[in-house]
Amino acid sequence: MHNKTLAELAQGLKRGDFSSVELTQAYLQRIKQFNPSINAYITVTEEQAIAQAKQADKLRADNKSRPLMGVPIAHKDIFCTDGIKTSCGSKMLDNFTAPYDATLIKNSQDAGLVMLGKTNMDEFAMGSSNETSFYGPVKNPHDTTRVPGGSSGGAAAAVAAGLAPASTGTDTGGSIRQPAAFCGITGLKPTYGRISRWGMIAFASSLDQAGPMTQTAEDAALLMNVLAGFDEKDSTSSQTPVEDYTANLNNSLQGKKIGLPKQFFAEGLDSRIDAIIQDALKEYEKMGAQLVEIDLPNAHLATPAYYVIAPAECSSNLSRFDGVRFGYRCEDPLDLEDLYKRSRGEGFGEEVKRRILVGTYVLSAGYYDAYYLQAQKARRLIKQDYVNALEQVDFIAGPTTPTTAFKLGNKNTDPVTMYLNDIYTIAVNLAGLPGISIPAGQVDNLPVGLQLIGNYFKESDLLCAAHQFQQSTDWHKQLLTKSML
Amino acid sequence: MSLNENNVINIAHLARIDINNEDASQYAEDLNNILKMVDQLQAAPTNNIQPLSNPLEQKQRLRVDQVTESNQREKLQKNASAIEDGLYLVPKVID
Repeated sequence: MHNKTLAELAQGLKRGDFSSVELTQAYLQRIKQFNPSINAYITVTEEQAIAQAKQADKLRADNKSRPLMGVPIAHKDIFCTDGIKTSCGSKMLDNFTAPYDATLIKNSQDAGLVMLGKTNMDEFAMGSSNETSFYGPVKNPHDTTRVPGGSSGGAAAAVAAGLAPASTGTDTGGSIRQPAAFCGITGLKPTYGRISRWGMIAFASSLDQAGPMTQTAEDAALLMNVLAGFDEKDSTSSQTPVEDYTANLNNSLQGKKIGLPKQFFAEGLDSRIDAIIQDALKEYEKMGAQLVEIDLPNAHLATPAYYVIAPAECSSNLSRFDGVRFGYRCEDPLDLEDLYKRSRGEGFGEEVKRRILVGTYVLSAGYYDAYYLQAQKARRLIKQDYVNALEQVDFIAGPTTPTTAFKLGNKNTDPVTMYLNDIYTIAVNLAGLPGISIPAGQVDNLPVGLQLIGNYFKESDLLCAAHQFQQSTDWHKQLLTKSML
Repeated sequence: MSLNENNVINIAHLARIDINNEDASQYAEDLNNILKMVDQLQAAPTNNIQPLSNPLEQKQRLRVDQVTESNQREKLQKNASAIEDGLYLVPKVID
């Protein structure tokens, strides 16, 4: 059962091939067996999972079925889960039991999805390799000496290894798409505001967006139907009506224009990845799409702007962790200042502290205009590039990452080298657009991701473009067959 | 401008993060590398460009001013390290 998609599992449950309890137990068994070698989960919620599965089976017997009812899912440990440890990958929250459910969690439960557990992640979602987690790095199921990407590395590895049929992730600068590319799965970052951020531990509030990480684009569409929608509890939640995200999957791509930014195929891109992306683009041409070269003249500003804006917002958001009301508290504080300083100094890991320091600096008196305001102005230039491009083309395409998954420990020494991993994904968050990574091939037995970027709130068109590729190629299946444990 | 160890200790104080002198030099090096990368922004053509803080330029939504939360003091305080009579305990602040 573990190599079936959400769509196939939903069918199997509907036909009565297996019950939700049987399915859930099969996954829990696999997690017990294989998680120690992958480290994809921080917490496995066995008891709750079985209870939810029983409830789903009961509702199904009573003819109160919903499309994904009884299907298991893993949630990134950034989402608050009532009564369950919610660590965000940090020592700071190692002792934290969330007192409420995030809206995303509630929506999943209301749809009858069964939570298997909470997945490992870079601490507070800051990282591109999962190595900043307090709970140790996740291993890439394609090669356990390599990173799964990050920050949603546990989520990506769980799906790739067959330890969950799907997972949720979050993406602030590429944290869904980059690990999806590294692990050979499908990862969608929806438009900013499309899925509620309420109960999702904040890193950079103007960039953070949750999304599905799945085996196929069709599965991502099925999950979007559950997760997306307006939430009055999230002040930046969009009131744009949601679509049926499966409705457009089988539309034709005939005549669609795909823009290729020359900046995405420039220096720094592994030439073997370039060749795979070119092959993928030829597939799109075969499907009737037209390739157009486009220009994103401010693309080089995205990484610098991001590494001002994201740390600035993080330094503000993470000020809530003060050792007083929840989270880690240092031993024997001398006074209140010592309590704050040592709780934060001991509770946060190195990368988180680095970003708080950068954020504090760029927001401090005398530097605010030069750094923060300038980065926000650059952000507008970057967004305008994309708005202009998407007036000419339906989608923008390119590689998700400049390299394949790198070795554990390889890029730990220099933060800037690590930051350049997200060179193709970061601008999408700055602009607030939806983007998806889908498997497009492999280099040295490691997956390569194709990134597609669509227009605001056009997730269903983006999912169509991804689904059509998965109808005409089988990389998504080939790569999963290799990584399933 | 390049940051030195004293600058870093000062920034860490503003952020209320305890760092020791040995770590300060590594942080200084890291921060300088990050700021060097970020300095590309200074050449950006941003004259007459307005800053963008929300990618969709959404307006702040207002809600009716009414109580929506219930009192869950006990549940919420279960996560605190030290409480007494429903209050959070911290080291003495006022003599």
